Amino acid sequence: MSEISMREAYGRALADYGAVNPDIVVLDADTSASTLTSFFARRFPERFFNVGIAEPCLVDTAVGLALGGLIPFANAFAALLALRAVEQIRTCVCYARANVKLAAGYAGLSDFKDGPTHHSITDIAIMRALPEIVVIVPADATEAASWVPLVAEYDGPVYLRLSRAATLPVHTQPPALEIGKGLMLRAGDDVTIVATGSMVGRSLLAAERLSHEGITARVLEFHTVKPLDTDLLRQAAEETGTIVTAEEHSVIGGLGGAVAEALGSGSPVPLERVGIADTFACTALTPELLMDAYGLAVEDIVAAARRALARK
Amino acid sequence: MSYPESLIVALEERARQLRRDALIMIHRRGAGHPGGSLSAADIVAALFFHKLRLDPQRPDWPERDRFILSKGHASAILYAALARRGFFPVSDLERWGELDCHLQGHPDRLKTPGVEMTSGILGHGVAVGAGLALAARLKSRRYRVYVLLGDGECQAGIVWEGAMLAARYRLSNLTAIVDYNDVQLDGPVHEVMPIEPLAEKWRAFNWAVLEINGHNIRQIMEALDTAAEIHHRPTVIIAHTTKGKGVSFMENEAAWHGVAPNDAQLAQALAELGTEGSV
Repeated sequence: MSEISMREAYGRALADYGAVNPDIVVLDADTSASTLTSFFARRFPERFFNVGIAEPCLVDTAVGLALGGLIPFANAFAALLALRAVEQIRTCVCYARANVKLAAGYAGLSDFKDGPTHHSITDIAIMRALPEIVVIVPADATEAASWVPLVAEYDGPVYLRLSRAATLPVHTQPPALEIGKGLMLRAGDDVTIVATGSMVGRSLLAAERLSHEGITARVLEFHTVKPLDTDLLRQAAEETGTIVTAEEHSVIGGLGGAVAEALGSGSPVPLERVGIADTFACTALTPELLMDAYGLAVEDIVAAARRALARK
Repeated sequence: MSYPESLIVALEERARQLRRDALIMIHRRGAGHPGGSLSAADIVAALFFHKLRLDPQRPDWPERDRFILSKGHASAILYAALARRGFFPVSDLERWGELDCHLQGHPDRLKTPGVEMTSGILGHGVAVGAGLALAARLKSRRYRVYVLLGDGECQAGIVWEGAMLAARYRLSNLTAIVDYNDVQLDGPVHEVMPIEPLAEKWRAFNWAVLEINGHNIRQIMEALDTAAEIHHRPTVIIAHTTKGKGVSFMENEAAWHGVAPNDAQLAQALAELGTEGSV
């Protein structure tokens, strides 16, 4: 695959933006060679802080830097950031509304080779439940790079969920991004697939496959899981009458949960959620094989769309 | 620096006033933490009424010194100091905890002028303070960062993560003060989970360590001066204190960690503390 990985795109974009805004500082928890904040560290060593294997300290130190007027990007593996440091995130980032950018690498199943300890399939649910924080999940490498300046200049806490892998390319050009505004990537009237992160590319493939069956599927990219674009969602519910969600995350509490909540209180329509069942995954040889094995295959989206249609 | 006796006496009077304010506030609200507020009163008085460079008219002055109450449950003594220092009206103290009052159970930086950092969950102050101290270096600011933490709080692992980081980045503009009263919620610290040898622990983490009587204003002031002159590493001042200091029936009693006095207890406490002098 010629496409560069999301982490590399992010790492290069962060280093580039460090040259634009001198207030950008970067922290990492002994994972800079993995998250690829190493690009930033090499260009701006005086603005790079490696705190060691101490994610709670990573977040609290970033909070202090933010209180001092800087714009910290705190980088760690998503599983550790969202679990080990969640109290720091709740109290010192969200409640204290510190201008900290949490860059959560290796999210979802993208650290396929290291197994369930390193998978992060509950982080969207955890972050989404916290007041004050914005949750962003880019679909591909191009988009991840595009988010860096926007996240940096947004005034407030952000959780930027990044894949280790090279996800299917979705955007040939840097997309026009706005926090909280979903994107319509494909028109369709029979069913809507609402996807985030690596599942956006797979959802576009699913829509193409459905078209061969005479089914037109609308594909919406919800890069912002919080705040959710309820206007675009309700419009899709009303116009297509049924919804499928797709995410590289547990079916509990993530995009599917957010969409279910929004539909339930606004425009109830049949909903099918594609995600990882309430289970731990396993180790695999490639991220694609792992996703396919745990319910995230293109065919899983197609099947969910058929079920959703049948329930209309 | 040598301090005139008149200044020491004035700060002792200030500490007495803060103790009275804190107990009256806790009594009125029917909730709060008297023990750890009284043990910290002299340290807080020395900081807010002499050492900290602050401008209550400009709570966001970039060069102001930063004080983080990491032991956020001692909020009463902080609120009393901020009010008496002029950050908000003293009358606000009477409304602590009411739904529309800015004074929260634990300090909230977004609601209360002069509160630098939200706290309440123990352990955050050293690492957050280290970040603030790093920011001063990057932004070429001359402010100092002071973090007041509890002794029981030193049981939390995050304190030592922050301590390691502050030493690694040689944050000489950071001073931590441990209010070492040896009493925590469930009992004596040395029984619940011993933290000794505490000075050796901080030294092992490459901090400069000073030990003082945390109720002796002159020792507090001199230790803060010494800390400001130590280069290339942060300093911790281990301040030996008495939980509930100044009120006989509260002293060294874990039962007074987080309980409000009733009317009679407040009256006795205020009588023991003595009436306010001229401050």
